[in-house]
Amino acid sequence: MALDPSLVGRSYPPTEPYPVGREKIREFATAVGLTDPEHHDPAAARARGYADVIAPPTFPVVLTLATDRLSVGDPELGLDYSRVVHGDQRFAYTRPIVAGDELVAVHTVEEIVSRGGHDFLTMRTDVTDAAGEPVVSLWSKLVVRGEG
Amino acid sequence: MRAGNRLAPQTFRVTRADLVRYAGASGDFNPIHWSERVAMKVGLPGVIAHGMYTMALAVRAVTAWAGAPDAVVEFSARFTRPVPVPDDDEGTEVEVSAVVKQVDGAGLVRLDLTATCRGEKVLAQARATIRPTGLGIRA
Repeated sequence: MALDPSLVGRSYPPTEPYPVGREKIREFATAVGLTDPEHHDPAAARARGYADVIAPPTFPVVLTLATDRLSVGDPELGLDYSRVVHGDQRFAYTRPIVAGDELVAVHTVEEIVSRGGHDFLTMRTDVTDAAGEPVVSLWSKLVVRGEG
Repeated sequence: MRAGNRLAPQTFRVTRADLVRYAGASGDFNPIHWSERVAMKVGLPGVIAHGMYTMALAVRAVTAWAGAPDAVVEFSARFTRPVPVPDDDEGTEVEVSAVVKQVDGAGLVRLDLTATCRGEKVLAQARATIRPTGLGIRA
């Protein structure tokens, strides 16, 4: 069954603030093989103008795993998760994420397109800091394979 | 960096241990990234790397080329093929290469990337915009 295009534009309530920890950043940087001292050593990050260690660019996946469930799990959208493939991913930064940040995410259904028997769902997540200033925006496009 | 420059390819080895470590750090515990049994049941050739792990390797290549850990302004890619990771000490390899497409007056550099595993493209339309001097905090 095709996804309901009338849900385009739907936004979900902002998430509870996510406190970014220094050890979480170090753990994530190690997991993706990033050894630059700015991800591990607060003094090195400060020398580059940041208050504490900075997160690797793909770090926001730690937040979006939860926010993507807002739309994907929305019963009104009616998405069959067993038919879903992660198609595209994009992110755009205003500034790096820094340990000590309290991040809030707002998740929106940005686009629903049906083509060739498949549905394409684009979800957008806007991440802001405690002051409400933009940090990073992410777009995930899921492909929902048609039946048969 | 100048438009038309080809940047030296970078190769990353990926083993099962890397996937387990990434699962823990990212919180993505989908069993297709650690259980052969579940992966085969859903029609995959075996355990595959997280798409976002493959993307993280491409981003790692970009920050290395930029020479700055805070250079990435924008990154986008399409996941075209899975990266199967065999259960042995060698694992597999992902190779990332790039061409400089554009350098604008504001110091932004646009790269077109290619990421392959065993000669097949695993990311398509992979593009990065970088500021080699770093993003900084503009708060």
